[in-house]
Amino acid sequence: MTTLLNVKDLRAYYGQVQALHGLSFSLNEGSLVTLLGANGAGKTTTLRAICNMVRSTGAIEFDGKPLNNRSTENIVRFGIAHVPQGRGTFTTMTVEENLQLGAITRKDSAGIVSDIERMYAHFPVLKQRHTQQAGTLSGGEQQMLAVARALMLRPRLMLLDEPSFGLAPLVVRDLFGILGKINREDKVSILVVEQNAQLALELADQAYVIETGRIVMSGKATDIANNEEIRKSYLGY
Amino acid sequence: MELFTNQVLAGIATGAIYACMALAVVMIYQAIDHLNFAQGEMAMFSTFISWQLMQWGVSYWAAFIITLAFSFVAGIAIERILFKPLVKAPVLTNVAGFIALFAIINSSAGLIWDFTIKQYPTPFGSSPFLGSQLISTHQAGMIGVTVLLLLGLYFFFQYTRIGLAMRAAASVPESARLVGINTSWMIALGWGMATAIGSIAGMLIAPVVFLEPNMMGGVLIYGFAAAVLGGLTSPFGAVVGGFLVGVFENLAGTYIPGVGNELKLPIALALIISVLVVKPAGLFGRQIVKRV
Repeated sequence: MTTLLNVKDLRAYYGQVQALHGLSFSLNEGSLVTLLGANGAGKTTTLRAICNMVRSTGAIEFDGKPLNNRSTENIVRFGIAHVPQGRGTFTTMTVEENLQLGAITRKDSAGIVSDIERMYAHFPVLKQRHTQQAGTLSGGEQQMLAVARALMLRPRLMLLDEPSFGLAPLVVRDLFGILGKINREDKVSILVVEQNAQLALELADQAYVIETGRIVMSGKATDIANNEEIRKSYLGY
Repeated sequence: MELFTNQVLAGIATGAIYACMALAVVMIYQAIDHLNFAQGEMAMFSTFISWQLMQWGVSYWAAFIITLAFSFVAGIAIERILFKPLVKAPVLTNVAGFIALFAIINSSAGLIWDFTIKQYPTPFGSSPFLGSQLISTHQAGMIGVTVLLLLGLYFFFQYTRIGLAMRAAASVPESARLVGINTSWMIALGWGMATAIGSIAGMLIAPVVFLEPNMMGGVLIYGFAAAVLGGLTSPFGAVVGGFLVGVFENLAGTYIPGVGNELKLPIALALIISVLVVKPAGLFGRQIVKRV
């Protein structure tokens, strides 16, 4: 198992306010890791810091190469696809254009065409609506679209920010099933931030618990899920 | 009836120019959320470049193409040098930037080419178009070039990857960066294209209004009126607005007693204010909703 993403002593700032206080964690190639924690713990900030969307210090290494001081659009070209909170849909464009945008950095037009078909196979609802404006999709459909758009990059690592947010429980089950499948079959490593800890722990190999900008707990997802004390004090279920 | 048809066709011809100016304004507005007050002066300067080239013996169409290329590069340069550093600056700082740009370009043109009015040639001639007294060949040429330009732009934005990337960068910049689009360069590209479009408008209207450093003042106001009427968020609306304003301007000048040629400009301003009061988003614009 090689380490794909290695974060050391990450500190992030919004203006004068420090949001992360020296966070360290790592993610192995091919694994599915979840960051858990309450509102305002710093989960989203961690993902944003990896993509250099917030001012930060510390070391972030991807596949042995430092990501610090690179622009967001450059980091994407390493094969890191970020599905932001709120899904980041291009609402005024069609579903198909959204998918093409996911592959905008790729040069292999034949591969892009076949990947779009592959996404339609993964998410049949997107095929039905491929000429529709993306803003007219339901929340769940937009989340599917966001995941599909990210996969169009053929990423090595996918960062997902609260994919379950605002979705009906059944839709969430569906979505997490697909994420697991993508992780196993397409060999995409996944770092997922979640408030729905129970569900995320079922899916993940490894878990980290964040509280006020620090990692307070880490371990195998099954161990954390089985530890009643951690569950009660940090995860609230 | 012939007077009416004549005025409508003439209105469509000048409307084509307003459509180009409105489109240039909207493209930059979409990219950086500010109105470029210097759009007209940039077009005027480009027109002078083409005039100078022709004075040096370059043929019309060669001068036209060289001017397009010059304007494209100049637009990018202006964005990189002046407005890129102002990305995070407050609105008023940007407004001051635009006014400075306006003054600098206007005075430089006056310094280089002085303020006397110059004849500007038309490649289409000014004989009656197809033997009809309704419209001249130059007016038909204005409409023809504009339609070609619009079709080209439509194709570019709808069917090319770079066009798609530019639309994405303008609509949701953060998501655009997250799929790997260099949004900063897309903005620069938008400036280059808008400047080139403006230069086409300048070169087409120059035979009508004559060449001098203040030639685009009135045209830009009509361009703004067109953009506001069509909706500042809609390139399609800007084009429709351009043609509507052109026709409206001519009809008002002809049929409303007392308006004549002198009061045509206030009509554009009245139009801007009426649209802003009645339908601020314009005919085709999107209502912008902000959470507070």
